[in-house]
Amino acid sequence: MAQIGYSKKVLEHFMNPRNVGTIENPDGYGKVGNPVCGDLMEMFISVKDDIITDIKFRTFGCGSAIATSSMVTELTKGMHIDEAMEITRDAVADELEGLPPRKMHCSNLAASALHEAIKDYKRKEED
Amino acid sequence: MPTPSLTFRGEPMRMIYLDHAAAMPINPGVLEFAKRYLQSDFGNPSSLYSAGLEAKRIIEDARKKIAELINAENETCIVFTSGATESNNLAIKGTALRNIGKGKKVVASAIEHISVLNPMKELQKSGFELTIIPVDSTGIVDIEELDDSLTKDTTVTSIMYANNEIGTIEPIKEISEIVHEKGLYLHVDATAAAGRLPVDVQNDGIDLLTLSSNDMYGPQGAGALYIKPGVRLQSILPGGGQERGLRSGTENVFAIAGMGEAARIAKDEMAQESKRLRGIRDGLISEILKVEESYLTGHPTQRLPHHASFRFSRIEGESILLNMDMKYNVQVSTGSACTSRMLEPSHVLIAIGLKHEEAHGSMVLTLGRSNEVEEIPIITKAIKETVQRLRELTPL
Repeated sequence: MAQIGYSKKVLEHFMNPRNVGTIENPDGYGKVGNPVCGDLMEMFISVKDDIITDIKFRTFGCGSAIATSSMVTELTKGMHIDEAMEITRDAVADELEGLPPRKMHCSNLAASALHEAIKDYKRKEED
Repeated sequence: MPTPSLTFRGEPMRMIYLDHAAAMPINPGVLEFAKRYLQSDFGNPSSLYSAGLEAKRIIEDARKKIAELINAENETCIVFTSGATESNNLAIKGTALRNIGKGKKVVASAIEHISVLNPMKELQKSGFELTIIPVDSTGIVDIEELDDSLTKDTTVTSIMYANNEIGTIEPIKEISEIVHEKGLYLHVDATAAAGRLPVDVQNDGIDLLTLSSNDMYGPQGAGALYIKPGVRLQSILPGGGQERGLRSGTENVFAIAGMGEAARIAKDEMAQESKRLRGIRDGLISEILKVEESYLTGHPTQRLPHHASFRFSRIEGESILLNMDMKYNVQVSTGSACTSRMLEPSHVLIAIGLKHEEAHGSMVLTLGRSNEVEEIPIITKAIKETVQRLRELTPL
């Protein structure tokens, strides 16, 4: 019973997503996707000495959209922002033991949402 | 994934299957009736020795039972196919190509099944003119628009009896009167309706009618097309000339025998079973609509008795489906883009005027023999908790 070809790990993250929610006054905020397309994600980060000390997400979308969001937060909590900027969509999919091919693009935006949040943090730092 | 080990009142929770529009279990009586055509009576109906004669006999028996289900003029009106997709293709391409001398126009409603719309689009590519008739927000075909679109060179008009995604029943008799006033042919896809509504091709005024075996608890792999006496069409599958030359290929004797028996049982039990399912369905609709920002899709009253369809704001259908399956062992369907091959939301939901983001949050429940009234609170609880959980995750 592998629903829609999802791996065990995708289903596990979908059923028990990590780091759901928001951060008040986040150091960085990123939002990608569009409800018209069926996927919308937002990431909130707290950063201290360029380390991601806290990360939260909210996602509207399918199972893989929720699982990839959860996985990104798990991977990057405690990570240096430069290293987190290097996390690719493929890396997220690999950590989840793969995604069905047609889910690789549309529902795998979580890394991009995180990158947007980091860019937002850097912009604020420069101001 | 292992099957979820959930319990209900101390018992292991069994699967609640609510996607009978997608696939149905074969009726055990049908299997018992037809299985010998896979084993002992396996002959080819075209052979002249006794094994072949028995296969031939059971096909004619099935033809008769199906003719009786839909009140066809006689059993020779029924042609067996491999399923509803082939029946739709034969009805549309076969009629359009045979009658090309009369014109090159075909007409369908915007909510037809893809196996009606795609053959029509294929005809369009080879020079036919295709007109798509819009529907209102409940899914009822725009009769005036249909009337205006039909001209003497329209050779096929295809309007479904009832829609599989939103449950809406079309006013087929009224539609057939309009089509026949202009001397044209009406094709009706009754895949979702047959065995659930008293389809009567003579009373309803239908020229071509598509039927599916599995949608009546028959085996997969058989379908039928009713062809009114006098309606002319050509084969789209030439070969050995079986089925009056309209559908070549050795008959799927097991599936056809089973389809016939399924049709007989459907005719006997339809009134009672439809009433029973309507009761469960009405209970589900009234409970599920208590969920905040939930809406019924399709028609509130002109609706298939086993069909309940909804949309929920701010959440997505594939997530609903997954959560219902994994956490509650309840199988449902959705018209969300995320479950389709094309990654586009259901064309039916777009045709009734939903925005893409609204169509993504759809959920379809289609009931069947295994469902019981006692399941209403279990299903309702699963849906309420699923919607709540996904709304806690959503940024919308």
